[in-house]
Amino acid sequence: MRDAIRLLLNGRAVELRGVDPRMTLLDWLRVRRRMTGTKEGCNEGDCGACTVSVTRLENGRPARRALNACIQLLPMLDGCAVTTVEGAAPAGRLHPAQEAIVRLHGSQCGFCTPGFVMSIHAACGPGAPPEADSPPDLLAGNLCRCTGYGPLLEAARQARAAPRPDWEPDDEAMAAMLRGLDDDEDLRLEGGGCVAHAPASLESLCALAAERPGALLVAGATDVGLWLTKRLDEPAELIFMHRVKELRHITEKDDEITIGAGARYVDARPVLARAAADLGELIRRIGSVQVRNAGTIGGNIANGSPIGDMAPALIALGARVELRLGARGRSLPLEDFFIDYGRQDRAPGEVLTAIRLPRPADPARLRCWKISKRFDQDITAVLGAFDIAVEDGVVRHARIAFGGMAATPRRARATEQALLGRPWTEETVEDALPALARDFAPIDDMRASAAYRLRVAGALLRKRLIEDMAPGAPTRLAGTREGAA
Amino acid sequence: MTDPERIKGGVATPVPHDSAVRHVRGEAVYVDDIPEPPGCLHAAFGLSERAHARILELDLSEVREAPGVVAVLTARDLPGANDVSASAHDEPLLAEDEVLFHGQPIFAVIAESHLAARRAARKARIRYQDLPAILTIDQALAAGSLLEPMREMVKGDPEAALAAAPRRLRGRVELGGQEHFYLEGQAALSVPGEGDEMTVHASSQHPTEIQHKVAETLGVPFNAVTVIVRRMGGGFGGKESQGNAPACLTAAAARLLGRPVKMRYDRDDDFLVTGKRHDFRIDYEVGFDDQGRILAVVIDQAARCGWATDLSLPVCDRAMLHADNAYHLPHARIRSWRCRTNTVSNTAFRGFGGPQGMAGIERVMDHVAHALGLDPLEVRRRNFYDPPGGARTLTPYHMTVEDCVIAEIVDELAESCAYARRRAEIAEWNARNQVIKRGLALTPVKFGISFTLTHLNQAAALVHVYTDGSVHLNHGGTEMGQGLFVKVAQVAAEAFQIDLDRVRITATDTGKAANTSATAASSGSDLNGMAVRDACEKIKRRLTAFAAERFQTSADQVRFLPGRVRVGEEEIAFPDLVRMAWEARVPLSATGFYATPRISWDRAAGRGRPFYYFAYGAAATEAAIDALTGQWRIERVDILHDVGRSLNPAIDLGQIEGGFVQGMGWLTMEELVWDEAGRLRTHAPSTYKIPAAGDRPRHMNIRIWERGENREPTIHRSKAVGEPPLMLGISAWLALSDAAASCGPAYPALDAPATPERVLRAIARARGERWP
Repeated sequence: MRDAIRLLLNGRAVELRGVDPRMTLLDWLRVRRRMTGTKEGCNEGDCGACTVSVTRLENGRPARRALNACIQLLPMLDGCAVTTVEGAAPAGRLHPAQEAIVRLHGSQCGFCTPGFVMSIHAACGPGAPPEADSPPDLLAGNLCRCTGYGPLLEAARQARAAPRPDWEPDDEAMAAMLRGLDDDEDLRLEGGGCVAHAPASLESLCALAAERPGALLVAGATDVGLWLTKRLDEPAELIFMHRVKELRHITEKDDEITIGAGARYVDARPVLARAAADLGELIRRIGSVQVRNAGTIGGNIANGSPIGDMAPALIALGARVELRLGARGRSLPLEDFFIDYGRQDRAPGEVLTAIRLPRPADPARLRCWKISKRFDQDITAVLGAFDIAVEDGVVRHARIAFGGMAATPRRARATEQALLGRPWTEETVEDALPALARDFAPIDDMRASAAYRLRVAGALLRKRLIEDMAPGAPTRLAGTREGAA
Repeated sequence: MTDPERIKGGVATPVPHDSAVRHVRGEAVYVDDIPEPPGCLHAAFGLSERAHARILELDLSEVREAPGVVAVLTARDLPGANDVSASAHDEPLLAEDEVLFHGQPIFAVIAESHLAARRAARKARIRYQDLPAILTIDQALAAGSLLEPMREMVKGDPEAALAAAPRRLRGRVELGGQEHFYLEGQAALSVPGEGDEMTVHASSQHPTEIQHKVAETLGVPFNAVTVIVRRMGGGFGGKESQGNAPACLTAAAARLLGRPVKMRYDRDDDFLVTGKRHDFRIDYEVGFDDQGRILAVVIDQAARCGWATDLSLPVCDRAMLHADNAYHLPHARIRSWRCRTNTVSNTAFRGFGGPQGMAGIERVMDHVAHALGLDPLEVRRRNFYDPPGGARTLTPYHMTVEDCVIAEIVDELAESCAYARRRAEIAEWNARNQVIKRGLALTPVKFGISFTLTHLNQAAALVHVYTDGSVHLNHGGTEMGQGLFVKVAQVAAEAFQIDLDRVRITATDTGKAANTSATAASSGSDLNGMAVRDACEKIKRRLTAFAAERFQTSADQVRFLPGRVRVGEEEIAFPDLVRMAWEARVPLSATGFYATPRISWDRAAGRGRPFYYFAYGAAATEAAIDALTGQWRIERVDILHDVGRSLNPAIDLGQIEGGFVQGMGWLTMEELVWDEAGRLRTHAPSTYKIPAAGDRPRHMNIRIWERGENREPTIHRSKAVGEPPLMLGISAWLALSDAAASCGPAYPALDAPATPERVLRAIARARGERWP
């Protein structure tokens, strides 16, 4: 049992003992260490001003990831190498990201700038995810109110093309340093009136959770972080899941994909995108690089948000969830997991361990659309997911699920029935629309009115048909089937 | 290679922002980054949970007992005035018996940490008696709840001209507000000095006003308070008056406790407490001929001002003064209602009412074109003000436009962006495609430059030349990212003919440049550039006189060349001449001053010459919408903008691009939603969406208009650039409207912000469909 967090901060080893485990990395940097280069813009993981570049071992290899320091709790950095803007380059030198931003006039007020620098810095490191090659995706989690982004996007392009700075350790050396921090010890931290556990194995995690059903389970903290920074919750006991390697496994079989509940979006995206193209596009639209580098698919589901983006798509694909209470496991269809607003079929102390997904026969069959005010890093107004199979012009299979239309992500069962066995035509779709109104009675909120939600839900069903009837016609403004000429 | 005949970083060179390297290294210091003085405490407000209510009981016992709390302040505890208003003394720092909006500060917690203060602030038990709340423009108009009686500007006989017009139409447009979303929230650090002295580090566009309000809060003379502003992490108007509250609160607490006190708003508090861009509702009736020429308009503007006066009156004035934009309106009546509501007190925001006024007339042009089946660009062109010397140059406020270049700019842009060809291509695309529809709009900007309150058009500067030839520069302007400091330093470098790196930029400080105006109204470089040049010229005149005397020649034989001074046949390095002058006891410091000439404004009559000159520009934007869902994307924009002779083309391009994107955000995706209880539901970036990197149009062609030159003798014949480009974003909104119009025969009447829902409603309107 270890009682201290171990990490590297700008290359120097730090051990933290007795620190409040609820403290965010941002507060620790700015208040405790007086390192003020990392800025607080929103304190909820949305603006990216606090972005830091964190290298961690993924499958034994170093992977550098941009993270929002404002919603990273200190224990989550155990075993990581944290680089802040102060450590991006030695005195008198500039990292290629910094050099390009200066040269291209990419800073005006300068407050968001360190965050942009660190997002680009992370993308210039080992294990960069595919969005590193698409500057608008790479920088979707960094808001700038001054520039209009042009010079920053160009700086990202140029910095990515620049050679790796000579002062950075090579991947082998970095891996060795990180291995030096890693161990199989469970971690128990105490400070500020809070006890936190960060078990290293699934057995340990399940035993702890069963033993302490009142403790708050924390995966990526992209939501829990806000409970602390915005609601100012003061949970007395936390159990962190991120050190459990078994939970991060993603296994692919011919007929099934299993995603460990601790697998982060960034790691699951390539597998899921291969399985269903629209699932890949959906993940691109979830949060931002920083959020996807932290957030887990298991957390998104266990949290039970009515608009949790993964759930409708996974329900449409017939996914199941695996749960464990102590040593006892069980499995149930994902759609049955959501009981009501804020209520899931998870007993106190029970841990969501995995999501099992039947591999779709055709990666193009699932279609899903996320409707929001902004394409990137926005919370969904309506999300529609359609797994519809047509044989000889007749609908043979229809699983349709929506988010944002009810208190939980839910199947549109009446609509499905209205389609099944009928010809896949405009007439059938029009006839099915009243069923959709029976399936859902959405609400008005700041994201959209109930009337809009219902209208758009129907429009998405129409769109699903149009993409079959006129395969070449542009139907999408974002993503793979682009409408742009 | 350095050119001995050019200094490095003189005017018109695209040098980087002076803090660029510090920005990227995280070394640029903002208020919250200043090393905290020993004993520094932290403040947080407790906020009203009602839109309008009497406070029956304020139980703060749990707040006081919360961990880390040092003091809790209510209005009764303030040492002096309880007022942070920028105008009408109607804005208490802390509410007394009544709360007037949801989010109004009622008390303040002073604690050992920011987090402890925030936690404690939520522990108050407040009993309210709800009072009727006026939340909307409709409710305010019905109740007669106005900040001042309706204002009016009249030109000609609009009613008669309307009656005689061959065609007429009416319409209404609603324009939402806008949160500034400066990345650095409001912040202030007050450090008590000896006796009654107080030093305040503020994130403010208006240090002088902070100085005044802090002095009133403390009950001390202005000279006891020093306000220092090195830089802001964005302002956009949101730090013109909204910084008063944290500055005054921290100063009061620092005085009462004898310790430094810092306050920074958590982002949600910042959204809830501070004012925003005014939302407007504009009704119009327009008479026109078959060619689309406007014969008469009546424009009724109603603005939601919120609970206090703040800057709403001049904001609404400027909306009226831009109700014409670039168009000659032969007969016009422009009326304005300034609605007092139980919502946050709206304030300055880049454009200061101008954007709303301009969006109104651009909607009129679009609507008229639709009614006639003409290309909106054609209708716009037919109504432009004439170039200098023409007959159609009189504004509705009876100022003659003497510098109109809009027709030239629009012609050049229409050509360079291939407007006509793309218009045809889009029509063809729309005929072929049922789901994705496209639209195009080219809109002009004519923006009046000067504070409408004439006496604000003044500036002060302080320049020292040290004996090594380096220069210390100070003026009343503040740096919020717009590049003012580097531009003004370029002016000083140019004046002395020394390299830019010999000019030290220093924090704005009320002890150095006094009685200054806000850095606002795009006036920063116009005013401070001139004041600094005035100071530099004073020192140069002294150096010239000294050199002529020392070298026995006449003053006209003394010339400042790059890095050196030619005196007759001799050349002396600038530092050498400075040192010689010092030894000869020549003063090497000077203050500078500038007051804008030729302006006057009779606010009551709605007449005068409120603007020294106009800045012009135009943008052509192409958009695509999804006719099934209302989602949209801005695909391309071409911009041609007039900055006169640019002081720094790199900085100016940044202002133009950033202004466009911010204006586009205002009219398209940024939606402020209040519920029926008057609570703002979009109070953080998770729910309030400003444009992200991916929203930048994929094709963005921005050019500074090469023929631009200010006809007035401004600093190096440049033009103001802070606000005008924001209004280029109107083209994005109208491009979406154009795309919606392609879906059906009726006018889509797209309101702003054009969220997917509003776009879908506009499509339904175009198609004549009922919306459930």
